[in-house]
Amino acid sequence: MHRSPALLAAMFVGFAFLYAPIALLMVYSFNASREVSVWGGFSTKWYGELLQNQAYLDAAWLSLKIAATSATGALVLGTLAALVLVRYGRFRGRMVFNGLITAPLVMPEIILGLAMLLLFVALEDLTGWPDGRGFTTIAIVHTTVGMAYATVVIRSRLAQMDESLEEAAMDLGARPVKVFFLITIPVIAPSLAAAWLLAFTLSLDDVVATQFVSGPGSTTLPIEVFSSVRLGVSPQVNALGTIIVVAVAVVIGLVWRLSAGKRR
Amino acid sequence: MRVAGTHRELGRRLVLAVPYVWLLVFFLAPLLIVGKISLSESRLGIPPYEPLIDWAQSGLAMVKVSLNNYVLLFEDDLYVQAYIQSLTIAGISTFLCLLIGYPMALGIARAPEKARGPLLLLVIVPFWTSFLIRVYSWMSILRDEGILNHALMAVGLIDEPLIILNTDWAVYVGIVYSYLPFMVLPLYASLEKLDPSLLEAAADLGARPVRAFIAVTLPLSLPGIVAGSMLVFVPAVGEYVIPSLLGGGDTQMLGKALWDVFAQTRDWPAASALAMAMLAALVLPIALFQRLQTRLEEEENR
Repeated sequence: MHRSPALLAAMFVGFAFLYAPIALLMVYSFNASREVSVWGGFSTKWYGELLQNQAYLDAAWLSLKIAATSATGALVLGTLAALVLVRYGRFRGRMVFNGLITAPLVMPEIILGLAMLLLFVALEDLTGWPDGRGFTTIAIVHTTVGMAYATVVIRSRLAQMDESLEEAAMDLGARPVKVFFLITIPVIAPSLAAAWLLAFTLSLDDVVATQFVSGPGSTTLPIEVFSSVRLGVSPQVNALGTIIVVAVAVVIGLVWRLSAGKRR
Repeated sequence: MRVAGTHRELGRRLVLAVPYVWLLVFFLAPLLIVGKISLSESRLGIPPYEPLIDWAQSGLAMVKVSLNNYVLLFEDDLYVQAYIQSLTIAGISTFLCLLIGYPMALGIARAPEKARGPLLLLVIVPFWTSFLIRVYSWMSILRDEGILNHALMAVGLIDEPLIILNTDWAVYVGIVYSYLPFMVLPLYASLEKLDPSLLEAAADLGARPVRAFIAVTLPLSLPGIVAGSMLVFVPAVGEYVIPSLLGGGDTQMLGKALWDVFAQTRDWPAASALAMAMLAALVLPIALFQRLQTRLEEEENR
């Protein structure tokens, strides 16, 4: 097939554009100088300072808890939604359901954040729940967003699945719930893991919607980072960014190796 | 057997009901509330808006609707500017994403089969790393005393630092950079499906590569172009983090204006009206995107 040098060059430039800022961030996180863009020798002191910054540590712990909770919620809801979309055929309300599940993928987060806040305020007014804003309200918003992404991931795997295994089990008298847990889940397990990880990552990174529904004492890591970098560049954030990039690269690399091993 | 049958039916309904109810309560209802509050008057207090429905003494519900918030939006130059600027910046950024993303997607689709997986992975990895950190990484590059200016001055291309950070230019860079993977992935999906024999046929008939590209590749990748453009354009219109970190005082985008009205002025009805106005501009592209998605899925399921 036709592969011109110009195309290869354009592709290379595109990848360089994607990776140069990340590479520079990582390099400058080891910069001894406080002046972020002037090289002042190698040092790991920003990592040391970062690990002693209690505000960041607290925020990171809260973020991890929220991310684990909402990713699990998103996984359960996303699996159910994917089952409905793939297995239920046509039913009344399918169009609406499909619309509702894909809309959060493209809906600007600023609208979602405002809308969720107004809902929580109205609910609290009516029922007394949720009492203030914090962990619960943030987790609910992240679950809704994560669910939309989880559905996309699980649905495409479910659509490719060979249903004859399930049918065989049914013919042998297994109940639907049993079939689901013993056959469907193991078959689609990789997509479930991917969906959970995706929802987890999205939650861990969310600024805009979280800003609306977080209360005093519930500052997540991205909110903490955002409010500090608004004032200017900070060497500690460079170090934090490097840690995040390395962690993500390691996880993705592992998942890649595992799935590549299976395919062989 | 009958009992088992009703059990099964109940189970089926439950599987549908749980995610459906969640979406109605935690997605649709909030949007309806935004619509409702955008029609009520603002007031001082908590919550800072007048109730839309007043239960009069006779037990009759009085519905108070006010279009004031919308009128104020249209009369205020600041918001009209923000509206126009958001759509312009998002539109131009989408086009730039397409210009950079198309050759990337095409290059990956035409790479040897073994290389496609890793190349695709390279596009996806930045999407998994923190969006906030990636936007932030441009701050130290684009500053007046930043890495880019240092490099350009060292080479001797410029004598004075270019002022990029806190201007619209930096916002363009930030949006194109952050949303590029969203453009490349759908483009790749449609280019990968393209039957190579079509291009061979075009070449056999004497079409030069450029001609074959315009006549065959480009039209067949149109679904990818539309999907990618929507995935970039719609969130870019409401972008808040990028203009906050990279934009300047005169970069007024709707997302930022909405947050300022909400958090600083504390005028919730006005913020709601702003959200509805933003949604109005996005309903068409969102609907278009959804129709395309549904069509693609139906094709897949067939």
